[in-house]
Amino acid sequence: MNEQTQSLEAIQDIRRLMNRSSRFLSLSGLSGIAAGGWALAGAWLAGRRIGSYYDDYERNGYSLAEFVRLKQHLLLMAAAVLALAMASAFFFTWRRARQQGLPMWDRTARQLSINMLIPLVSGGLLLLALLRYEDANLLGLIGPLCLIFYGLSLVNASKYTVNDIRYLGVLEIILGLINTQFLGYGLFFWAIGFGLLHIVYGFIMWWKNERTDTKG
Amino acid sequence: MPKNPIAGLNKLFDNRIRLGVMSILAVNEEVSFNDLKQLLEVTDGNLATHLVSLEDNGLLKVHKGFIGRKTNTTYSITKAGEKALSEHIQALEKMIRGMK
Repeated sequence: MNEQTQSLEAIQDIRRLMNRSSRFLSLSGLSGIAAGGWALAGAWLAGRRIGSYYDDYERNGYSLAEFVRLKQHLLLMAAAVLALAMASAFFFTWRRARQQGLPMWDRTARQLSINMLIPLVSGGLLLLALLRYEDANLLGLIGPLCLIFYGLSLVNASKYTVNDIRYLGVLEIILGLINTQFLGYGLFFWAIGFGLLHIVYGFIMWWKNERTDTKG
Repeated sequence: MPKNPIAGLNKLFDNRIRLGVMSILAVNEEVSFNDLKQLLEVTDGNLATHLVSLEDNGLLKVHKGFIGRKTNTTYSITKAGEKALSEHIQALEKMIRGMK
């Protein structure tokens, strides 16, 4: 009888260490919800900014300076959303790691970051390169490409953390691909992909893994 | 035909740290000394002793490398190590099932 519990404990130990050494398990669903909130706020602001650009366009006609300013403002907003989303993701994950008594920065966190950053940075650099052009169709591709590269980075990162984000990644990719056929609606798709999906997924992850957060 | 479930149990894996090292190495290609230490929450000396005994039994391989000037020792599991661990897990399962 005692041997039985010992065997069970040994197997649980093996399982726990296999999991903990290969996947970063402190990723918090709340970070998804927060990122989604920032994204929706950003999309709303961007929508207003684009609206005011078109008002100006109607009244005064096309002006290159105005267009360049619009691009700069949108880029700044996107960067702000990214920074705020990352800061809150970092905060909620740090909090959860502390609750679980796990280190925030270890081998698995390192692997997760590297594998997430490879597609993300490639996509980011590609988008910055595209921003130099003025062709409306090329610029219209920025939204879909954001979604596609972000989706790819989630799929890639899912091997190193909770598996849930794999499906989120696939959804982002599909959304991005659909968006390529509706280029004028980039902001709308952006709000769904980065806002709505994040909130829904963050909530599911939180519900599944953290609601009754007792053990790691 | 009745098999003794204890047969597959490996004496070396009675120790939690040694079993822990093997579990980690089973799912990771190469793990450094420091990462093992952090995952298992043990002291240097304690871990080193167990690593030596696992190495002497041919269950893991040691790779000595450098990162800049600092030594970076990493460990990986051998074929024999994989086999011993899976037999050990099977024996544990049998013990749990057999005694219901």
